[in-house]
Amino acid sequence: MADLSTSICGMKLRSPLILASGITDTTGASLLRAIRNGAGAAIIKSVSVEPREGHKGHVVQEFDDLSMINAMGLPNQGIKHAIDELIEAQKRTDAPLIANIYAGTVEDFGLLAREISKAKPAMIEVNISCPNVHDEFGTPFSALPEAAAKVTKEVKKNTSIPISIKLSPNTIAISQVAKAVEKAGADCITCINTLAGMLIDIDTAVPILSNLSGGISGKALKPVAVKAVYDCHEVVKIPIIGTGGVLTGRDAIEHIMAGAGAVGVGTALFYRGQEAFSLINAEMKEEMKRLGYKSIKEMIGLAHH
Amino acid sequence: MTLQKAMEMGVATPVKLPIAKIVDEAKDIKTFFFTHLLKSEPGQFIMVILPKLGMRPMSISSDNGAEFGTTICGVGPLSNAMMEKKPGDIIGIRGPLGKPFSGRGNHVVLVGGGYGSGPMAFWAERAIARGMDSKKIHYIVGARTKELLLFEERMRRAKVNLHIATNDGSHGYKGFNIDLLRQVIEEAKHSGNPLDMIYTCGPELMEKAVFDVAVETGTDCEISMERYMKCGIGICGSCAVDPDGLLICVDGPCVNKETAAKITEFGAYHRDASGQKVYYKKG
Repeated sequence: MADLSTSICGMKLRSPLILASGITDTTGASLLRAIRNGAGAAIIKSVSVEPREGHKGHVVQEFDDLSMINAMGLPNQGIKHAIDELIEAQKRTDAPLIANIYAGTVEDFGLLAREISKAKPAMIEVNISCPNVHDEFGTPFSALPEAAAKVTKEVKKNTSIPISIKLSPNTIAISQVAKAVEKAGADCITCINTLAGMLIDIDTAVPILSNLSGGISGKALKPVAVKAVYDCHEVVKIPIIGTGGVLTGRDAIEHIMAGAGAVGVGTALFYRGQEAFSLINAEMKEEMKRLGYKSIKEMIGLAHH
Repeated sequence: MTLQKAMEMGVATPVKLPIAKIVDEAKDIKTFFFTHLLKSEPGQFIMVILPKLGMRPMSISSDNGAEFGTTICGVGPLSNAMMEKKPGDIIGIRGPLGKPFSGRGNHVVLVGGGYGSGPMAFWAERAIARGMDSKKIHYIVGARTKELLLFEERMRRAKVNLHIATNDGSHGYKGFNIDLLRQVIEEAKHSGNPLDMIYTCGPELMEKAVFDVAVETGTDCEISMERYMKCGIGICGSCAVDPDGLLICVDGPCVNKETAAKITEFGAYHRDASGQKVYYKKG
């Protein structure tokens, strides 16, 4: 019988599936709903120092087969309220809840890491890779190895909780960034954030999203994400949370074989509903049975020969 | 859902529709009509999209198959911009979205407040079109004053039982529509034909008062809830309610009595665009 339970960075997971940051998870209640529906852990939407309303207007659009583009603009309650949300939610579940922080400066990343640690999350994911706030904050830290390492060092200096650096496909060489953050002390990496893209409405000749561009997720992102996980697994020893385009059990196993120790799920909640976690769990079990695998760990990185 | 089914459903891109007609309903309240097969059910909503101003959820106040209407009150940047629009202007529309009212009930009362009266009037018209006796429908509408009452003539034409309340007594009963609700329930009970369903849409504290009456009198009810929404399609989580994380854009906006009873923030607080709690002022 295939066993989905596993562990990553000291977190015990009953399923390798993790609610990815930014999907329905502004509040603790949404994290708990994902856990109830079969997620092994859940990551809260990125938290900034001050509350943010995010972009106005058309912020999410699904497209083609099972893909999506979004430019939310990081709406969130700000660190003060996020701490309460996490504390209250953790009282109601044994499953690991993961924080996620976002800042425009290295110093603020340190401040957020220190503050959010008060909520004692199981892990802190560090979002250095949002593709949708260039106008406000300039090029993301994830674009260059040195900048990514700088943030990693600052966050590590301010917390003893394991951290996962969320990397971006919008860079010249993701494996170089992965190596740099590992060297700077990262405990884990999340591969990957969304891929920068654009949709244009040809009737009006206007980009569809009000931010003009956005981040691509879902099916269109999957091969990009799988390669990013593969490339990073080649060069780092720290575990990887593979994220990007996981809609089925097969997709999750693909990420694991590329080198992921756990798998983020996001856009699937739109295409398959809130029950996406239990559906993907069941499909993983089915595939593992067919292929003769009994545990998640034995499949990690199998595609590397 | 299976992936196969998700792919078959395809994707819904917004449509751009010219305004066919605009009707002034009251001060800063207008209904915009579009000639379009929306295929909506009462209680569902649309996203209205204006370039640069954004995308806001609006209730559907009528849909006869050939033409639908959305009744908008000028309260923010987008809705105020809508007040300036003329027939022929092009508007981005996404929808219909969300879960509608169920349509259950053989003797029902509709309680509308403010522009929440739109979905209530739509419910009455749709039920009558589907064969319900208009005399089995009570429409209670309340407003601060006569000039703000919505859809009185429309509901008179539909021949439903009309009950009107104004706070200042300028028209109909002087007081709140919640008083009328109690009266209607009481009278129906005494006449031997009790009400079996209350539908409500309006300001949250009014809805909560309606819900409390439903609980007190043991009457079934359904409520159209309003929460801040960004995406409208169940992805962003802006409209998640405590404690179970139901998403009002896809699990609602219409919720039944049992669900409403479990939403601890109902009548207590909602959240702003950043997700911070905003508590309702009582009284």
